[in-house]
Amino acid sequence: LADLSVRIGELVLRNPVMPASGCFAIEYREALDLTQLGALVIKSVSPASRAGNPTPRVAETHGGMLNSIGIPSKGLDYYRHHVLPAYTGYGTPVVVSISADTAESFGEACEGVSLPEVAAIEANISCPNLEADGMAFAMSPETTYKAVRAIRSKTAHPFWVKLTPNASNIAAVARAAEDAGADAIVMGNTVLGMAIDVRSRKPKLGNVMGGLSGPAIKPIALRLVHQCYRAVRIPIIGCGGIQTAEDAAEFMLAGASAVQVGTASFRDPGVMPKIVEGLERLCAETGVACVRELTGQVELDRQLSDRWLRFAQQSG
Amino acid sequence: MSEIMSPCEKAHGVASYRCRIQEHGWVNRRYRYIRVESEAALARVTKPGQFYQLKCPVTDDRQPFLLRPMSVYGTGPGDGQIEFLYNVTGLGTGTLATLECGDHLDIVGPLGNQFTFRPEYERVLFVARGVGLATMAPLVQRAARSGVAITSVLSARSRDDLLDKAFLRGANAQQYITFDHDGSSAVEAMEILLARLLEEQRPDAVYTCGSHRLLMLLQRLLAAHPRIVGEAALEQRMACGMGVCLSCVRLFDCGGERQFLRVCREGPVFPIRDVLGEVEFG
Repeated sequence: LADLSVRIGELVLRNPVMPASGCFAIEYREALDLTQLGALVIKSVSPASRAGNPTPRVAETHGGMLNSIGIPSKGLDYYRHHVLPAYTGYGTPVVVSISADTAESFGEACEGVSLPEVAAIEANISCPNLEADGMAFAMSPETTYKAVRAIRSKTAHPFWVKLTPNASNIAAVARAAEDAGADAIVMGNTVLGMAIDVRSRKPKLGNVMGGLSGPAIKPIALRLVHQCYRAVRIPIIGCGGIQTAEDAAEFMLAGASAVQVGTASFRDPGVMPKIVEGLERLCAETGVACVRELTGQVELDRQLSDRWLRFAQQSG
Repeated sequence: MSEIMSPCEKAHGVASYRCRIQEHGWVNRRYRYIRVESEAALARVTKPGQFYQLKCPVTDDRQPFLLRPMSVYGTGPGDGQIEFLYNVTGLGTGTLATLECGDHLDIVGPLGNQFTFRPEYERVLFVARGVGLATMAPLVQRAARSGVAITSVLSARSRDDLLDKAFLRGANAQQYITFDHDGSSAVEAMEILLARLLEEQRPDAVYTCGSHRLLMLLQRLLAAHPRIVGEAALEQRMACGMGVCLSCVRLFDCGGERQFLRVCREGPVFPIRDVLGEVEFG
């Protein structure tokens, strides 16, 4: 059997498959064995108590879905005592996802969850930054740097930063995250989108706009992972439209060290262990001894363009 | 909402089950009936009020993406048999309607809570509108088996839409049928009828599904009958169906405290008295 273990900085995972934040909660233990996953990433918590966005909070689109849940939260204290304990008994590393609306608040929140039972912290800096008119931190290298710096100064825990596909220069944002001290990059969050019911003329989401996820965004997410891989040395966790072991392997070839599965679980709550098994089979079929050897191994022919140009010049 | 659960606590299994379609067709011009069979003994573990998420098929020109939540209309007689009754309203139910006997359908469940019911009840009252009756049909059978007297009030657009026999499926009941076209289903007329039934029959429990207006009417009428259990099965747009994504929340009044609860998890059955009037904000 292939060795499926992977490393994210100092953290070793038994396999590269973990849930994406927001698409996983303890209820899934009814549908799958949580000891089979690489890590357990819990839905984001924010320091401030929030009700979440108006309903409808989800809408189906072609090959995917829009959501605008709005990170409902009862605050960190409630989270630590009433949410977190359910996840810590499986021998699977627990990743706490944090959302906050200022850099300082991010730092404090991450400090607050730097607990022995937490293996890593994922900072969801794709959420709105109240100090920048609600624009997400990860939209620009400057605000990314500021948020990551604020977090790094407050925690020695392994800390991942979740970027947004909506940023225009992802390489610069990824470098800013690396320079400010992030241990890994999660690439990435949902793509901002919108849908309208043409009969009622109403937006299909109560919040008008929301995040697009599912296979519809997979090529975008894959491209972003590859651009991050070229830009930084820290590990990248790929996320966006992964439904099968082949999708997961594709992200690893593009540069991911591990992957997160989100929307696919909504269509089959037992999909993650199936992806793990599929990776095992794929490795066996393709003669891969360690799945981590796949990372970044997309075969690029750097001379192809030049050869093509010379070839094309032969035409009339 | 209890979020503290020990990992050792025994979890019942939810999975995606591949089923074979045994029977599928129109029951009238609006509603369709489908019976599927799984190799798993789903009929035994599925409780009245619960639902499944259906993976509606992809056709050449229509590709539903999310699963579609659907109440269970009946179970059995075989251990693996589950029945649904549905109204073809959109993309998902549209492609579902194209399935033929022998085809496969993947379903995820059983999901959600169940109706409160005690065999020692003497009488129960059902108030259903449209296809909402499907959700309560398994409870009708449960009540009938326990020898509990049943009163059924059905509201339909017209006689063509009426599914009175499909609701009772042979159970004995005192039946009241109301229609839109003659005004008998109007809230004012229903108020007189339901107030009288509650007063004269004093049912142990009243159950409703399919109409927000009837639900709010019952909530008002039940204020005078604090001992009658009142429950409603609710709907909400959802994605995961298991309580994970938090899409399907609605605000409830739980003993004076307002709380967001998940229709898929804390529900779909809720106390009528806890339901708040506002339903849509989008």
